[in-house]
Amino acid sequence: MSMEEEWVAVCPTTDILPWTGVAARIDGQQVAIFRTADNEIFVIGNHDPFSGANVISRGIVGDIDGELVVASPVYKQHFRLRDGICIEDAQVSLGSWPVRIFDGIVVVGRHQQVRAA
Amino acid sequence: MSGRTDKLIVIGNGMVGQKFLESLCEKNRDADIAVLCEESRPAYDRVQLSSYFSGSSADDLSLVEGDFFDEKGINLKKNCTAIGIDRKSKTVQTSDGDELGYDKLVIATGSFPFVPPIPGNDKAHCHVYRTIEDLEAIKASASESSSGVVIGGGLLGLEAAKALKDLGLETHVVEFAPQLMAVQLDERGGALLRKKIESLGVHVHTGKATQEIADGEQTRYQLKFSDGGTLNVDMLVFSAGIRPQDALARDCGLEVGERGGVVVDDYCRTSDPDIYAIGEVALWNGRIYGLVAPGYEMARGLAAHLAGADTPCFQGADMSTKLKLLGVEVGSIGDAHARTEGAHTCLFEDSTAGIYKKLVISADSQKLIGAVLIGDTSDYGNLLQIALNDIKLPENPASLIMPDMGDAPGIGVDSLPDRATICSCNNVSKGDLCTAIDAGAVTLADLKAQTAASSSCGGCAALVKQVLDAELSARGITVKNHLCEHFSYSRQELYHLVRVHEIKTFDALLAQFGSGCGCDICKPAVASILASCWNDYVLSPSLAGLQDTNDYFLGNLQKDGTYSVVPRVPGGEITPQGLITIGDIAKRYDLYTKITGGQRIDLFGARVDQLPGIWQELVDAGFESGHAYGKAMRTVKSCVGSTWCRYGVQDSVGMAIFLEQRYRGLRAPHKIKLAVSGCTRECAEAQGKDIGVIATEKGWNLYVCGNGGMRPRHAELFAVDLDNDTLVRYIDRILMFYIRTADRLQRTSVWRENLEGGLEYLQDVVVNDSLSIGSELEKQMQLIVDNYACEWKATLADEESLKRFRAFVNDPKPDEQLVYVREREQRRPATEDEKLAMQRTDTMEV
Repeated sequence: MSMEEEWVAVCPTTDILPWTGVAARIDGQQVAIFRTADNEIFVIGNHDPFSGANVISRGIVGDIDGELVVASPVYKQHFRLRDGICIEDAQVSLGSWPVRIFDGIVVVGRHQQVRAA
Repeated sequence: MSGRTDKLIVIGNGMVGQKFLESLCEKNRDADIAVLCEESRPAYDRVQLSSYFSGSSADDLSLVEGDFFDEKGINLKKNCTAIGIDRKSKTVQTSDGDELGYDKLVIATGSFPFVPPIPGNDKAHCHVYRTIEDLEAIKASASESSSGVVIGGGLLGLEAAKALKDLGLETHVVEFAPQLMAVQLDERGGALLRKKIESLGVHVHTGKATQEIADGEQTRYQLKFSDGGTLNVDMLVFSAGIRPQDALARDCGLEVGERGGVVVDDYCRTSDPDIYAIGEVALWNGRIYGLVAPGYEMARGLAAHLAGADTPCFQGADMSTKLKLLGVEVGSIGDAHARTEGAHTCLFEDSTAGIYKKLVISADSQKLIGAVLIGDTSDYGNLLQIALNDIKLPENPASLIMPDMGDAPGIGVDSLPDRATICSCNNVSKGDLCTAIDAGAVTLADLKAQTAASSSCGGCAALVKQVLDAELSARGITVKNHLCEHFSYSRQELYHLVRVHEIKTFDALLAQFGSGCGCDICKPAVASILASCWNDYVLSPSLAGLQDTNDYFLGNLQKDGTYSVVPRVPGGEITPQGLITIGDIAKRYDLYTKITGGQRIDLFGARVDQLPGIWQELVDAGFESGHAYGKAMRTVKSCVGSTWCRYGVQDSVGMAIFLEQRYRGLRAPHKIKLAVSGCTRECAEAQGKDIGVIATEKGWNLYVCGNGGMRPRHAELFAVDLDNDTLVRYIDRILMFYIRTADRLQRTSVWRENLEGGLEYLQDVVVNDSLSIGSELEKQMQLIVDNYACEWKATLADEESLKRFRAFVNDPKPDEQLVYVREREQRRPATEDEKLAMQRTDTMEV
């Protein structure tokens, strides 16, 4: 398959302030895209299963025991940025999406990766 | 342990009766126990009774844990009194008509308040001060009175006076003796206490014998004194001493004292060997002990005795006492009047500071036999231990009470023997505390929970803390209160680092004093500290990522991911046009609309992408951000005040608007609410707020650290009759001191409760500027006030900031998963069930 079919260009990296997130749609699916101070980009699901609201992109980003996480703004559970798995309940995962930066543009893969803890 | 099951009846379920039951259960003594409780509720804390008026509920005062009676299989009969004891048949007749048999009987009926035989003492608004019901009656009377008098200037009388003061009455105390607290204090101490209490606005009349309580003219009653003087008041509380409740014992022929009290021996045994008496009803060695600690000692001793111990239950008790009366610290130890033959005294008096201390020293100058402390009881614990343990006095005993000049000799807790009693209410020794510390107690709370030390009157709290600190440091333990894994500092320490090093960003603070990347605990906490120190725009790029979503989108996140919008309505005053504007906006955006408790209007259901549009309209109409989303100053509620109200004495709305505009946008460890009432009727409920202001004829009374919410706390009276400038200065200082020293997410109520030294300490810092930081606190507040800008106005003017209000970075269509139903003509989020139902049908109404 060609690059265009597998990947979606979303936004310039500069649209995301360091240590914050934005929401985006990938084929109708809501995702949350985060950027760190080192320009690393992570994409996980935007739907918070604990509150039922689509708000993960609005959480505070940080680290717990060296692992990058985002805290849900509703009930404050933490999810790993690399795979979307919940720190407090490893059975729960938001899912994650492959991502790369191409010419200053955030490009997200169409296929969600679901991985067990 | 005796092992056999026998029948035990306890008459009375006061503090001592309950302590007896607890002690007995600890001994696992097998007995069939019945308890007769005259009141509608089981044992509660009478020592803390006046706190009922400053916010404690009847439940808070309860001394009974959970299902104590059920759990222990004790038959508790509430609202039930014993009406007779038949010693021959060993039965007790109850007011329920029952006849209960006993093998052993314990009389713990306590005492009743003595009401002097003055004509008129039975009038409707004459009360006594002993039970919660008495307090409720006093409260009811106070609501229709503006002045009150306490007859009796002893310990309990002054407690009652505090209650009247807390109820907002003009308060008088009438005492027959020429001084206050004549039992515990010497003349000089009594005089200073009087001066201090009078400066708090309580009128003291000593050497007055009341002869009649007549109907009054301007007031409900008029007291007529034997010297011809009169006093006009609306209500009375008698606190002229107690009398043992010994009628039952008298009627069944037990030996009683000449002036009352059931005579007991060292085993608390009455003249009938199967009947015991403990607490204030018992007369031991010709003496009634009207304090709780000796009562507890009898209770514990008797429980041990009944469980088989052969040692005497009670051999007299120390009547030393330390307490705060109307905010004045008072302590009395042993022979306060220096009546012991040959006794020396040693005095220290500082009338400017209002401190008086006296030591009473034995004839041979070796031992401390008494002491009086007024205004500063910090030496009480040490002095009491010296007196009780016969510790030899230092060469220069005056050094024990001289103000700390940097080389205080003291005796220090280290020199106390393990057997030294630290908490006399619950009989906890220094050794008991050390054992608990060895078992892992590292905080004052742990120690209290495990040993019960300082859990009754609290008088020994400072001493317990000293023992804890000394023992911890001896064990090389330091206690951590770190914010989170990224910062090994408390919030207070971080605050100081930010100020001292003039740090303006999280990254700089993390680089210098932290580790890792930060988290959702430290980032908002540091954002709040930075805002309190420098008040920069919260959405500037370096600060944006630190903010909780509420601060990031300047709205309150709701359960479905939308936000609520609250424009500021200072003091709750709003024009009809303002209401129409808000209503019009709400209607067009179909926002669910509700009036808040803080006298504002909350508009719910705004999507992130709608927020700028809504706020543009609000800002254009002259509204500002209400900071309802922030850990910040929220609202200043007010009643309508003297401009309209028939009763108002000051312009409460004007003051509320002034305060709200002064402190708007002030970021703090937690939200802050204020209120201003225009008169003592307190329609703005200021005593439930962090800062409460209540108008008086002469100015404003300031209340602090109240709280509604999860753990309600009645605010405390901080200062009275302030003029506008002083009021604002005190509030500036209090709020800034709170912001500097509180923990993360700690409201003023909890902050105040954890403040060592309590309200007096806060008053000292704010009123007397004891830390010399007053002007600094004011300057800092002025900086925040001067740098205020409406966050929404700033956001709307900034293209970059507005970008983050997009629903999706790559799609303008809003979130399709937000689903609503209509209820009572407004919109609300659909429940999960409703959403499922909607997938089947297209619309629905409920």
